[in-house]
Amino acid sequence: MDILIYGTINSIALALMALGFALVYGISRIPNFAHGALYVISGFVTWTFLRALHVNYLLSILLAMIIIGAVGALIYQFILIRVRGMAISEIIASYAIGLAILEALRWGGFKGMTYTLPVFVEGSVTLSGIPVDFHRLLVVGIGGAVVAFLWLFTHYTRIGLALRGMAQDERAALMLGIDSDLMAVVAMALGSMLAGLSAVLLLPLGNIVVEAGYNVLILAIAVCIVGGLGSWMGAVLAAFLIGFAQILTVKYLGSHYQMVVALLAIIFTLILRPSGLFGQQKELEERV
Amino acid sequence: MENRQQRKERLDRGIKVRTEGLYGIMSLRELSYLTLPRLVLIVGILILPLVMPSMYWQRVISIVCIYSLLALSFDFLAHFVGLVSLGGAFFIGTGGYLAAILNTSFGLPPVLTIPISTLLGAVICTVLLLPCLPLRGVYFAIVTLMYPLVLTRIIEALNVLGGTDGIMGVASFANRWIEQYFVLVMVLVSMFGLRRLVNLDIGLVFRAVKDNDQAVKASGMNITYYKAIAVFIASAMGCLGGACLVHIYMWSGISQFALDFSILPIAATVIGGAGTLVGPVLGCFILVPISELLRAFGTLRIVFYCLILVGFIVFRSEGIMVYGQRKYHQFERWVEI
Amino acid sequence: MNDQPILEVQEATKSFGGIMAVNRVSLDVRGGEILGIIGPNGSGKTTLINCITGFIRMTSGKVLFRGRNITGKPAHKIADMGITRTFQIMRPYYSLPSYKNLVIPLFSPRARRTGGWRGGGKLGDRDTVGIDILEEIGFERDSFVPYKMASTLPTGYLKRLELARCLALKPEIIFCDEVFSGLSMSEIASMIPLIERLQMDGITLIMIEHRLRELFRVANRVMVLNFGEKVVEGSPEEVMADDKVKEVYFGSEEVEEVMSHA
Repeated sequence: MDILIYGTINSIALALMALGFALVYGISRIPNFAHGALYVISGFVTWTFLRALHVNYLLSILLAMIIIGAVGALIYQFILIRVRGMAISEIIASYAIGLAILEALRWGGFKGMTYTLPVFVEGSVTLSGIPVDFHRLLVVGIGGAVVAFLWLFTHYTRIGLALRGMAQDERAALMLGIDSDLMAVVAMALGSMLAGLSAVLLLPLGNIVVEAGYNVLILAIAVCIVGGLGSWMGAVLAAFLIGFAQILTVKYLGSHYQMVVALLAIIFTLILRPSGLFGQQKELEERV
Repeated sequence: MENRQQRKERLDRGIKVRTEGLYGIMSLRELSYLTLPRLVLIVGILILPLVMPSMYWQRVISIVCIYSLLALSFDFLAHFVGLVSLGGAFFIGTGGYLAAILNTSFGLPPVLTIPISTLLGAVICTVLLLPCLPLRGVYFAIVTLMYPLVLTRIIEALNVLGGTDGIMGVASFANRWIEQYFVLVMVLVSMFGLRRLVNLDIGLVFRAVKDNDQAVKASGMNITYYKAIAVFIASAMGCLGGACLVHIYMWSGISQFALDFSILPIAATVIGGAGTLVGPVLGCFILVPISELLRAFGTLRIVFYCLILVGFIVFRSEGIMVYGQRKYHQFERWVEI
Repeated sequence: MNDQPILEVQEATKSFGGIMAVNRVSLDVRGGEILGIIGPNGSGKTTLINCITGFIRMTSGKVLFRGRNITGKPAHKIADMGITRTFQIMRPYYSLPSYKNLVIPLFSPRARRTGGWRGGGKLGDRDTVGIDILEEIGFERDSFVPYKMASTLPTGYLKRLELARCLALKPEIIFCDEVFSGLSMSEIASMIPLIERLQMDGITLIMIEHRLRELFRVANRVMVLNFGEKVVEGSPEEVMADDKVKEVYFGSEEVEEVMSHA
């Protein structure tokens, strides 16, 4: 029973981390290696607003998300847009940006145990004999709401439909008058905001450390590969697969094997079914 | 208005031989156009340890050479095979740990550990990278990015292979000069060897895989096999560097999986001139001493490399070597209209 | 030409998530003949080739080469057996000169196995053999054309380079995907003797074409595809006269119109 509860919590957390990456890759086909960096930086921005500037918590979160969205959009607009289409340069550029941000934070002294964000609601509740923090329940709730919101957004609003159109076929979308550059900026902003949201939801459960950035990047990539690069629903499903797998290994093997699960998941997926669960990259198996 | 009266004219320097293959060489002067830069490079690199002021700087030269091996392998993989390797640290770490284990647990001297860990390390790296070779380029980048990060965490968490402390007490080279010159000679051999390799028939197959792998498949060749050969060569160079590093520092630890080793080769390649297989070495000679001078700033160095890297990529600067080659073969002058 | 079909395709089917690109197409080809495949755009011709040559996995169906089942084998193995193809969208190896483009197929296991272009034994210098092949196929040997970068070649030469790439493997079957498209009349006039010579050398050709007049001059048999299904198969004259084919190309209402005025 505890596996079910912890598994669900872990899976929703992974899904939150991964959706931002999946969104950006699905739409502009650029792997956003700066995803982990955006995650950590939004944590620090929130912390700055909250502790150093003593702004209301909710307001800090909103401001942080807006800022992070803007940062993501700027990164795309000024750097990534110039290297679109050149596969080698795209990868190197986004990797370098992510690395620059993370290492700048590390140099700036943001390490150690002193930076934390408070949980939203104190206290815990007991479900079937297992104590669960309120905050973790909130994570599940908000996470589920985010997934539902994304689904509604991409199916019923103009911008959302435009994003889906671009993800499926960029040229056709261009012919319908959808500005692909603008949509890519929107996607990047949205992806960054999702990274920020997952940060403010998950960071209160631990400390804000730069290492978390790398961990988040690894987990997000693992989830997206297993679910199929470019498929959002696949990412959610894969998050549940990996989430439960991790909880099972924690219970039966020990907690330091968590990252191994992510690595093995990637390797197995690439060997057995390279396009992932719902991958739209069917070209990997069938190409002209 | 005066600017319109003049126009820049670009002229060839009249060197008959600029591509591969020697045609009829007419004169000593043209021969020297070709051989002189290479001679200067070789002689310059070889006398470098002799002119260095102190032991500290001699060690810096060795480190430069190790980074050069990594940068050469990155350039080779990225611009001649089409695989972007974001994890040079993976190769260094594998070679380093293997050499350390062979030395401390099996008692083999450096003369043996280095060749064995080069070959064995290359085999291990190729096998670990095998799943992503049949797939598109971005998967290779992701997997090479991930391996150093995940391996670091595994070593830390499971506390194997010395855990966070690393493996101590690795033997060093027999002689200080051997230590210096071995890596230097290896770099020269690799550099000229790779330049030769990419013009051999098998090198052409690698370049074809980068250009159009469907056509290579349609010619009846297994792409995964050739990519694996290329990865083997590149990881052998990286593992060689790692083994030498471990014997120079007499210690092996998880810092070998550090990001320094992943990002500096990429920055060196982009700054030095991508695709030339000489540019990366040049880039290392520039970046590593700067990195040593900036050691006081800690990880800010990495930020520095990354920003320069992004600048070069975005503004599509061609790199020093490419610019230099272009200027060497052509010169510009103002002409009256 | 002997009687046993060299290539048999049985009920090949390929669906892309609901769209049947190829719908239960069967064909067989005798050794040494030229089969033409025609049909309007989108009728699944290129998809059929991709399925047969292993670039795309078929949803169902079988492919037999000389009686051996080769269904589902990877593309490079099928090319290794002697079934080669050209690509509709021409892409040579841009960074290499034209004759070096041929070094790659000459490096393949099949070329190394079947021996040199001039017959028997080692290949020797692949550069020389490459230039020989280019000369056979129509590049002027003494000009600078074989030495130019492949990115600078005009279409006529590119198409021939594609064919040369197949020939370097000493194939038994060549699938020609629209070799005549994009060429001028004189270029086609010089390609046709080349095709006829290939047939005389014993190579089986399967040609997808839109230029029907030129195709009908060389083809022994023609097959018509429409919406992924085989409509008709027979000699060029039979196919030209068939009503169903006219319907495919002109639409049924027009045929009725024409018929009603006849």
